Amino acid sequence: MNGWWKGSVSRRLLLSGGAILGGAQVVRHLAPAANAQTAPADPRGSPRPAHDNHDGMITPGAVNYARNGFDPHDILTDWDTGVVSKLPDGRTLREYEITAEDKIIEIAPGLMFPAWTYNGRVPGPTLRVTEGDRLRIRFRNFGSHPHSIHFHGIHAARMDGVPGAGNVQPGGEFVYEFDAIPFGCHLYHCHSVPLKRHIHKGLYGAFIIDPDPERRPEDQAAARSRLLGSPENAQWQEFVLVMNAFDTNFDEENEVYAVNSIAHAYTKRPIIISRDRPVRLYLINVTEFDPINSLHLHANFFDYYDHGTTLTPTLRTVDTVMQCQGQRGILEFTFKDHEPGLYMFHAHQSEFAELGWMSLFEVRA
Amino acid sequence: MSGMSRPIFWALLPLLLIVAVAIAFMASDPLAPFTGSAPPVEELSIERTILDDHGIGVRVRAGGSEPMRIVQVQVDGAYWNFKQDPGGAVDRMGTAWLQIPYPWVAGEAHHLTFITNTGALFEHRIDVAVATPDVTADRVNFYALIGLFVGVVPIALGMLFYPALRAGGPGVFEFALALTIGLLAFLLVDTLAEGLEFASEAAPQFHGPTLVWLPAAFAFAVLMAIGRRKGEALSGVALATSIALGIGLHNLGEGLAIGAAFATGAAALGSFLVIGFTLHNITEGIGIAAPMLGEKPRLKVFILLIALAGLPAVLGIWIGSFAFSAHWAAVALGIGAGAILQVIVEVSFYLARKARERDRSWASGTTLAGATLGVLIMYATAFLIQV
Repeated sequence: MNGWWKGSVSRRLLLSGGAILGGAQVVRHLAPAANAQTAPADPRGSPRPAHDNHDGMITPGAVNYARNGFDPHDILTDWDTGVVSKLPDGRTLREYEITAEDKIIEIAPGLMFPAWTYNGRVPGPTLRVTEGDRLRIRFRNFGSHPHSIHFHGIHAARMDGVPGAGNVQPGGEFVYEFDAIPFGCHLYHCHSVPLKRHIHKGLYGAFIIDPDPERRPEDQAAARSRLLGSPENAQWQEFVLVMNAFDTNFDEENEVYAVNSIAHAYTKRPIIISRDRPVRLYLINVTEFDPINSLHLHANFFDYYDHGTTLTPTLRTVDTVMQCQGQRGILEFTFKDHEPGLYMFHAHQSEFAELGWMSLFEVRA
Repeated sequence: MSGMSRPIFWALLPLLLIVAVAIAFMASDPLAPFTGSAPPVEELSIERTILDDHGIGVRVRAGGSEPMRIVQVQVDGAYWNFKQDPGGAVDRMGTAWLQIPYPWVAGEAHHLTFITNTGALFEHRIDVAVATPDVTADRVNFYALIGLFVGVVPIALGMLFYPALRAGGPGVFEFALALTIGLLAFLLVDTLAEGLEFASEAAPQFHGPTLVWLPAAFAFAVLMAIGRRKGEALSGVALATSIALGIGLHNLGEGLAIGAAFATGAAALGSFLVIGFTLHNITEGIGIAAPMLGEKPRLKVFILLIALAGLPAVLGIWIGSFAFSAHWAAVALGIGAGAILQVIVEVSFYLARKARERDRSWASGTTLAGATLGVLIMYATAFLIQV
């Protein structure tokens, strides 16, 4: 008797078996209608809620972007080109001010996460520079733990932003200085230890180096289309998507997955694109704990440039791409022959999709 | 100070000082340095689960150091829409219903995760999804029928041994009483274990085991006092009535467990299971009849005793399947355990007195064999329902 209401699969099977062994289903004879409810295979037991974006798989409610201090729709396109000046040798110098600060952010409606941030936002500012520029980043640590900025790029060991080289104690500062090479879609993140904790708490951001068309005579048109500020680039609709996740109970498993931090942000309010102009996505994976993340585009295919360091695609005509931790790349596609409407894109790990990494493009004529 | 006001003063003074100390402690908040940045302690217990055409409904009870906010819900690892009633933060010890329009699959397991604003997770597993029975006349009748088979039928069958036992001599009488003690001892352990298991399911703020032990002790003391209010030990029909009451409370608990298991899909209803309960409980009828072997009770007395011991099983199944809370089940089983202990004591006294009347020790081979057999019968037939 003791405890048998708790049920386990083996006991359930035994009980059903017992019913057969016991011969006639006394109970069924006595109350056929009631017994039907206990038959496991009865399909009538399952409800069929309406298929609707907002009445099923969703994080119900709204995130307070004003309180967070950043809006995932702004993050899509808010390129930070720094303070620009000319060096004596004629090169462009871009200077940035970045701070590390502790901040509680709302990552899904009502769900508060004690983040560590660059400039109070997750992901941090999207640095957008041009190949060959000189970069000077003044980093001040207002946080409660040591932090650094480790840039994925080519630079000296002294500028690597790791323990022993540019690791900044709370209250301290450091200036990272190096040339912007190679062109591509990169990232930066904190490299203080413990590494997993410093990254998944929110210390990362996009670092995009546009190619210099003068240096790329063989692919000048492609280089121009990438260069922010050029007339060719203005034809494109460019968005930065940082695939990230949050472990809210610190058990080394993520509870929330997203692009640009807020679960379902682009499901509840789709990213609007014009079907007449091509689309370019800067896709970066900074998910911790899960080895890979992915993006799948519905009803369309794209060309992919792994790391964005080439001007010809490294993958052509695919609709799904996967990236390991720290991997990134550029996606190019167009909806010009499509009918207007909502087109999904999401991680093709259904687990991540159902935990928040689900998004929509709204294609308009 | 007058004669009366002096004791009142001394009674009130400590109470007033307790209030003063509490206020002073709150005002100075000496613990602030220790609790400054620590997140609140959170506890969430799931007390009821309802599966129907609208999806999954759960009643949660909050615990911990502050009111709790459930901000997101996952079903099988997917964020899902939900509505909370009443909305907002759930107070300490307060409850709320969450309605999740999830297309659950009959016969399969589902896994619920509740996430609070601090990012803490609370999980609940539905082992086998089965539509929660509606309260319909059919359902009520159906459960009543199961209850009759589990509670009333076996006790009535057991009592049919009465004429046979009566025909035997004093040795048979002692044997039957000893058998009763063995049976009751088994029920005592079973009831306590079951009560403690329910208690472990209850919200932790209820201090689980206390929910069983305290009512058990209280019920034992009260029933002893009532039984002996005339200053003498129980015997005959009065003792039989006490046994019936104790067994009735045990059967109430048995019914609660059966009802809860059916409602949550943990048990498939099989005739084997029902017959198992019938066999298991037949000994209870013998136990109730045993103290009356020296008397000639009327048929009405037998019927009333059967009802007292057996009908609570029906009530238990109803409550267990339609409106079930683990903490109330634990209390009910605690009371049952206390009642059973009381009748063990009374039957033992009675047995000892009967033995003394025959100038024999109560510790004879007959009584030892009877008690052992009582336990063994219960243990062996328990296999039929343990599965």
